[in-house]
Amino acid sequence: MLRYIVRRLLQLVPTLFGLSILLFAWLHSLPGGPEAAMLDVRATDAKRAEVRAALGLDEPLIVQYGRFMKRLVRFDLGDSFTTGTPVMEEFGRRFPATVELTVVAMIIAICAGIPLGYLAARRHGRIFDGLTVTGSLLGICIPIFFLGFILKAIFAVKLGWFPSLGRQDVDVNATRVTEFYVLDGILTQEWDASLNALWHLILPAIALASIPFAIIVRMTRASVLEVLGEDYVRTAEAKGLRENTVRGRHVLRNAMLPVVTSIGLLTGGLLSGAVLTETVFVFGGIGSFLATAISNRDYPVLMGFIMIIAVIYVLINLAVDLSYSVLDPRVRVR
Amino acid sequence: MALLEVEDLAVTFQRKGTAPVHAVDGVSFTVAEGQVVGLVGESGCGKSVTSLALMGLLAKRGVKVGGKALFDGNDLLTMPGSTLRDMRGSEMAMIFQDPLSSLNPVIPIGLQVTEVLKRHRGMKGEPAEKEAADLLDRVGIPDPRRRLKEYPHQLSGGMRQRALIAMAVACRPRLLIADEPTTALDVTIQAQILELLKELVAQQGTALIMITHDLGVVAGLCDEINVMYAGRVVEGAARRPLFASPTHPYSVGLLGSIPRLDAPRGEKLKPIPGSVRDNIAWADGCAFAPRCAHRTDECLDGPPALVQTYTGHAYRCVNPVTGDEVEAVTAAATLPAPSIVDATTDSDGEA
Repeated sequence: MLRYIVRRLLQLVPTLFGLSILLFAWLHSLPGGPEAAMLDVRATDAKRAEVRAALGLDEPLIVQYGRFMKRLVRFDLGDSFTTGTPVMEEFGRRFPATVELTVVAMIIAICAGIPLGYLAARRHGRIFDGLTVTGSLLGICIPIFFLGFILKAIFAVKLGWFPSLGRQDVDVNATRVTEFYVLDGILTQEWDASLNALWHLILPAIALASIPFAIIVRMTRASVLEVLGEDYVRTAEAKGLRENTVRGRHVLRNAMLPVVTSIGLLTGGLLSGAVLTETVFVFGGIGSFLATAISNRDYPVLMGFIMIIAVIYVLINLAVDLSYSVLDPRVRVR
Repeated sequence: MALLEVEDLAVTFQRKGTAPVHAVDGVSFTVAEGQVVGLVGESGCGKSVTSLALMGLLAKRGVKVGGKALFDGNDLLTMPGSTLRDMRGSEMAMIFQDPLSSLNPVIPIGLQVTEVLKRHRGMKGEPAEKEAADLLDRVGIPDPRRRLKEYPHQLSGGMRQRALIAMAVACRPRLLIADEPTTALDVTIQAQILELLKELVAQQGTALIMITHDLGVVAGLCDEINVMYAGRVVEGAARRPLFASPTHPYSVGLLGSIPRLDAPRGEKLKPIPGSVRDNIAWADGCAFAPRCAHRTDECLDGPPALVQTYTGHAYRCVNPVTGDEVEAVTAAATLPAPSIVDATTDSDGEA
């Protein structure tokens, strides 16, 4: 097991190396450069060249790449062109917001999606099943920003149940420990601050959960339907086991295998940033920051963020594979 | 009174907008305490559906079950679901065809055995573990303690079926239904499993319904044999009379299509022409008529009545086969050699 984990982690090195080359080449082949975002459109070519030189962009690409790698081995990703702060710091400040949003969104998607998918499968072909399938299709179809605005309009503006933007009310005087606002409140026992942050999370998390929720519902439903027809479920029934034992131990346990995989992939997807949700709810995560960085051609931020996201993605995949080997003895890793 | 009396069992599958399918169409037979009864027929004749109907394992929707199945005088078909659930696994148990797919792949064998013990005998913890190990030992699985912790994919085919048998007999059921328990196994293992079933039912006094398409299996095992065709029992008799003087042309055909070691070289097998799909509805006549060499116009005059002879032989045919013809088909009035080999050696493979 340990050897397997180490081997998988070592595989990260060539993966990241390849990614860094591709990414570097791709970013620098984009038309325009950071100077275009920094300077007025009327700036002279000389001025542009001056800015490029100041950012070190006048050197050959290979030299620039070498410099990037040299810093990277010291875990230094450079400074943002636009804000001037180290990329690591920018990431450290924004990523917790994305994590909080992702965690809450996935909890909503899982807690609603799995039971609903299961019930739909049990009532296969009836009205409830049809409603669930249609509903989840809607979840996939509705654009997130649209859903976000509707949620905001109804629950924040009209009913006033939830705040409409931000991560915490500005008048909440919270102590920062980890940048995870909800966690900070718990650690410092400032319950109000924690609750306030959680309150801010609900609407964006619901908007963000819509697609994972729909996917989980459909995966669960399909998987349960398949397992219900398996011979071993019939065997369990033939043993006269209680209905709950048959459902939990024999149906759900097996049906969860493919769902776990998709949950892992979906989580990875959400962690790489939810641009639309973050924009609608002015939620300072990495998604909106990345989107701005792209239009600003903020190379260090883009390189750094995407590399870190890649690492996180690989780690999540590893976690999924490990959990799989716990859930399914047939794929035990060595 | 017989342990199980099945009377006019009918199972109809119907989905909206399609014609109903009469999978089982008036099946009657009885099983006495400790008796081994065979249900024989080709694929699609309704033998498996019959057993699933008895166990209450058919889907609820789109399935209509009619008739009676009295187990100890209580009708299995009308009793409340919870009562039937209490009886399944304790009073009556079932073994299925494919041992790999019939075992839950992600749960150790041990738990799959102990869950039955817990459910019906209230056993938990170490006593349950010990009983499970004893059960595995009794069905001939070596090193049972270790096997309890293993998963189905770590066991050989024969051992998987042994494990399933252990689960089925865990509560000493009075009736065991084996639905083609040897089909997915290779020949030597088949023989061992049959021998094991034979021993178990003899030891525990369990009645056994053996569902198979293999007459060799019933010849070595069954006291009574019911030959099914298109959802009905077309011939029922004790083992010897059935093999010695089969009466229904279908039974004769089945016997004639068994390969025999003592047949002259180069002699071809005599298959029954056509397939089970060629049959006609029983309401229109004998379902076997389109494939039958004995067919007369009379055969298409509604369903043939059940004829009972004084020897206990029953058949459903207007032109029964006489002794001479049987001789011509089956070559001799002997039983086909039981396909049981010495099963005391446990060569049942390694995991």
